[in-house]
Amino acid sequence: MSIVVHKLSKHFQHKIVVDQLDFQVEKGQIVGLLGPNGAGKSTTMRMLTGYIPPSEGEIHICNHNLNKSPLKAKKNIGYLPEHNPLYTEMYVHEYLRFMGTIHGLGKSKSIKRAQEVVAQCGIGDMQNKKLGALSRGYRQRVGLAQALIHDPAVLILDEPTAGLDPNQLNYIRGVIKELGREKAILFSTHIMQEVEAICDRVLILHQGTLRLSATLDELAQYGSDQFIVSFKEPIPVEQLQTLSGIKKIELLDAHTCKLYVNHSKDIYEPIFHFAKLHGLTLQRMEQKKETLEDIFTQLTNTTHVQPN
Amino acid sequence: MIAMLQKELQAFFSSLMAYVIIGFFLILTGLWVWIFPDTNILDTGYADLSPLFRLAPYVLMFLAPAITMGLFAEELKMGTLELLLTSPLTTIQIILGKYLASLVIIAGILLLTSIYGVSIYYLASPIGNIDIAALIGSYIGLLLLASVFLAIGLSTSACTQSQVVAFLIGTFVCFLLYQGFDAWTTLKTWEKYSLFIAQLGMLYHYEALSRGVIDLRDVLYFCSLSFLSLLVTNLALRKR
Repeated sequence: MSIVVHKLSKHFQHKIVVDQLDFQVEKGQIVGLLGPNGAGKSTTMRMLTGYIPPSEGEIHICNHNLNKSPLKAKKNIGYLPEHNPLYTEMYVHEYLRFMGTIHGLGKSKSIKRAQEVVAQCGIGDMQNKKLGALSRGYRQRVGLAQALIHDPAVLILDEPTAGLDPNQLNYIRGVIKELGREKAILFSTHIMQEVEAICDRVLILHQGTLRLSATLDELAQYGSDQFIVSFKEPIPVEQLQTLSGIKKIELLDAHTCKLYVNHSKDIYEPIFHFAKLHGLTLQRMEQKKETLEDIFTQLTNTTHVQPN
Repeated sequence: MIAMLQKELQAFFSSLMAYVIIGFFLILTGLWVWIFPDTNILDTGYADLSPLFRLAPYVLMFLAPAITMGLFAEELKMGTLELLLTSPLTTIQIILGKYLASLVIIAGILLLTSIYGVSIYYLASPIGNIDIAALIGSYIGLLLLASVFLAIGLSTSACTQSQVVAFLIGTFVCFLLYQGFDAWTTLKTWEKYSLFIAQLGMLYHYEALSRGVIDLRDVLYFCSLSFLSLLVTNLALRKR
């Protein structure tokens, strides 16, 4: 297991920013960390990379305890921090070599690796420019290249695609997906489609707690036990309730209702027979599919909660 | 640590700052030692460099914090410190790398003034009739003094994101530790303890070294001050 997080918490003064997180990321897995602003994503990532110490809990990176043997653990982490900080006065090549040497690669190894990551991230044309002169997309690529320089087993990327145009977005996503075959990747984002496009698993964080941890396949099942049914005539609710396999009925209006069922496959026939028996005209019947965006909103929407 | 040191030296010498600082130091000390009517050596008639060693601490008080002010403040502001602290370098290695880089710079600048020493050597009559022990002692004292100033500058730089604040506080603390205790001894109420108070300040130990007697106690005093400042730096970085 490449990343193991156990009961991880962080308090700042008396504010709980991250509360009892538990999750794992395996090699070959890309995990998306979602959450509204201020949910504790960056704090979690900063703890995972050893930038800030956790208040409680344990982090293991490639079987090294981050607290007990930080240097061994850090050797296995490639990190792209939020806002992608760079030394703007340095040249791209110089910067990558420097990052290589502070990660313990020798001088010649750093030069060799710098050339490799330059090719991997597509910054060949820009490698003799100063970092301050690069456009946002290229800076982001340099940030990614920097995280890859020591060929780490674990990649932690804090909003790697923030502020990129669609073409750059696709490029970075492609690189991440490619890398995900042999590394464990944890990245945060605000773009739901991105998660659906490249992730194997999703974690949703809200107010410091983990609200959801599910694979994309599991997410596809989400909400599939709900059907929207509407008839031309008003719905005889009592009779409908007697139908087997229906857990709950929620009336949306006189003609339309939402059914919660036990097994989605067994519901079509009974409904059809029910309509025939009561002389109703079935106008619409559809299985409700929830998108990741719906799930995200449900889990993290707090606007209706009164602040105390 | 070596990588850190190299990076800082490269960054320093590729910036305009380096040449402003070196130029400033050389022009100011050059004018003071050779040209200004009240202080120049030629008019005094004595072949020694004491005018340089009287002035240099006050110039270094500004130069040392100017060299170190950006070392952590800039990294904090740009967020690049996050890259350093999440790399497999210990905080101590990062601090020492930066500190040694600034020491190399200051030692280089001081080395440039050795040309004054050589000039005096040949100006003396007969040639070479100067107090070499005092000269070497003074240089060692100046280097030790500079190393403390740099360590203080580094610690103030680690406490703030603003280079200007780091510079001003750094200079102030340097001045206080250099001259402050000496000024304190002139207060009448503290007369009884005046020797003890004077010994707390850097001026006392610097002057002792300038006489050409390299006392281990003075060297230890400067080293422990540097060590303390670097400890504060370490604390400030961990506290973030």
